[in-house]
Amino acid sequence: MTAKKSERLMNLTICLLVARTFIPKDRIRAAVEGYRDLTDDAFDRMFDRDKEELRGLGVPIDVGPVEKAFEDEVGYRIRRDRFELPEISLTADEAAVVGLAARVWQHASLASDTSEGLRKLRAGGVDVDESALTILEPQLATDEPAFDDVFETVTTQTPISFAYRASGATESIERHLDPWGIVSWHGHWYVVGHDRDKDAPRMFKVSRITGDVVAAGESGSYALPEDLDLRALASSLGPAHPHSSATVRVRAGAGDALRSRATRTHTVDEEWTELDIPYGSGSTLADELVSLGPEVVAIGPQEVREAVVRRLTALVAGGGR
Amino acid sequence: MTTGAKTQVARMLELVPYLRAREGVSVEEVARDFGVAPAQIAKDLKVLWFCGLPNSVTGDMIDIDMEALDGEGVVKLTNADYLTRPLRLAPHEALAMIVALRTLREAAGERERAAVDRALDKLYPVTGAGERAAAVDVHIDDVEPKIRTAVDRALHDRRRLHLRYYVPARDETTERDADPFRLVFAEGSGYLEAWCHRARGVRLFRLDRIMVATVLDLPADPPAQADRRDLSGELFRPDPADPMAVLELDGTARWVADYYPIEEHTELSGGRLRIRLRYRDEQWLVRLVLRLGGAATVVDPVELGERVRGQAEAALSNYPR
Repeated sequence: MTAKKSERLMNLTICLLVARTFIPKDRIRAAVEGYRDLTDDAFDRMFDRDKEELRGLGVPIDVGPVEKAFEDEVGYRIRRDRFELPEISLTADEAAVVGLAARVWQHASLASDTSEGLRKLRAGGVDVDESALTILEPQLATDEPAFDDVFETVTTQTPISFAYRASGATESIERHLDPWGIVSWHGHWYVVGHDRDKDAPRMFKVSRITGDVVAAGESGSYALPEDLDLRALASSLGPAHPHSSATVRVRAGAGDALRSRATRTHTVDEEWTELDIPYGSGSTLADELVSLGPEVVAIGPQEVREAVVRRLTALVAGGGR
Repeated sequence: MTTGAKTQVARMLELVPYLRAREGVSVEEVARDFGVAPAQIAKDLKVLWFCGLPNSVTGDMIDIDMEALDGEGVVKLTNADYLTRPLRLAPHEALAMIVALRTLREAAGERERAAVDRALDKLYPVTGAGERAAAVDVHIDDVEPKIRTAVDRALHDRRRLHLRYYVPARDETTERDADPFRLVFAEGSGYLEAWCHRARGVRLFRLDRIMVATVLDLPADPPAQADRRDLSGELFRPDPADPMAVLELDGTARWVADYYPIEEHTELSGGRLRIRLRYRDEQWLVRLVLRLGGAATVVDPVELGERVRGQAEAALSNYPR
């Protein structure tokens, strides 16, 4: 059945594409062979389904008035300028990078969407070569189970609710969000939007959405903030930027990662060097210092030194219980 | 509608302009470009053969040289002047492609970035994806520009690199000579895949751990048996030959189970999680447990837990009561 249907849909497309005015459906019925020998009802249903399916492919079928002196009727046509991919001319290096786009998404349907887009470009005369650039391999993973739903609601602007397990928590709580955008950071996706419970912008890690993402309203039912700068917003909602300075001492031969970030370096003696390290979160810095074991000592400020001592004490006690 | 017909029609709408521009192209090449079997292309052509202008008489149908097709396996398609251009990109195709390109832009070196920017400028107006693409952002960790420039030069000119590289697990900086293959971007970071002369093997060097990179006046000459990494799965897969450890994680350490590939996890009472994970380097695991500051306990191997405690005790002695 596929062949007959494809043939009919192609013929319908061609018929509407070559039309210079809107064509009423009874003339379409007579002109396209696939519609012959059908009852009126059967034709009406088939024609409606065919239009829907072509529109689903992205074929823009316009509806407009038919020039008839004594009847109020609608007709159909496809405007060439809305149908056709415009002329695009890419230089060889531009075509090479565009070809690389096919390898980026590590997600089946987004990868195939990209490939389809590239194929259309190629059909339009752009020489896209997917294997031209082999020295670069950018991968965009989407392992999170909730990714597909979140991606969809972000592009359709649909309010959502979902169960969310915050970092370190064992229980999930239901959250309500108007999604504005999604950001990939360190290989993880985050959804940013207006939290309806807090009445403020919030960011959620998509991998911690524990249940289904449920639509909580109609798509397009809220507006995006003007001048939304997704990256700046995600950055401000994310981990703190360095705004304080800590002083630590590192033993000779150790702590190279700290040395390269130090704003001040001072040799104390043969064994120890003192460093000033910028930091945003005292507890994150404390974690890093503790991981270096006896090779580093936190001198100040008090909050960092105390955080380090607390952790070391817990580790000596056997960790946890 | 069956997916079959939908995909076939979408493909046929691309085939016609593609074939009109490539008279006598082989069916194999068409099949490769369209990502389907040659037999499918032959089927598509047999459907197209029955398509044409409305109220078709024989002269109005698409003409395909069936002898050339069955004989030499080449396609000559004519009499389809109404389908000179492929269909526009559907909104989801455009979005997937634009996001892929913007990811590429983040990962690209100077040369490629300029090409991506030019390509994006040409594609935005024809894909209409501008606004929706603003809803998706991809961030890749920044790398010291001097490092990136040197790595790019070595890749483009096929030259050996001298690297000063920091290994966090050992808190150690090493000097190595490496012949670069390519840059891989995964999990939000960039990695240089190269043949390391010191290790005599292919290694992934994380760009933000390269302290110094110098392009040497030697050609990159990796041995023939050097195998590129298979990127189809996770970037860092545990080796079944690696030893296994059992850890118990408290609330704040539970993220370890989400972050690293683990073999097993069991919920315990009180919100604790028991996991089994493989490790290649003992010191890496010791540092991980130290970093967790007491929220994780090593159950097995016992010696590892004792090493952790030993390091914590030595570190604590740096803080006189």
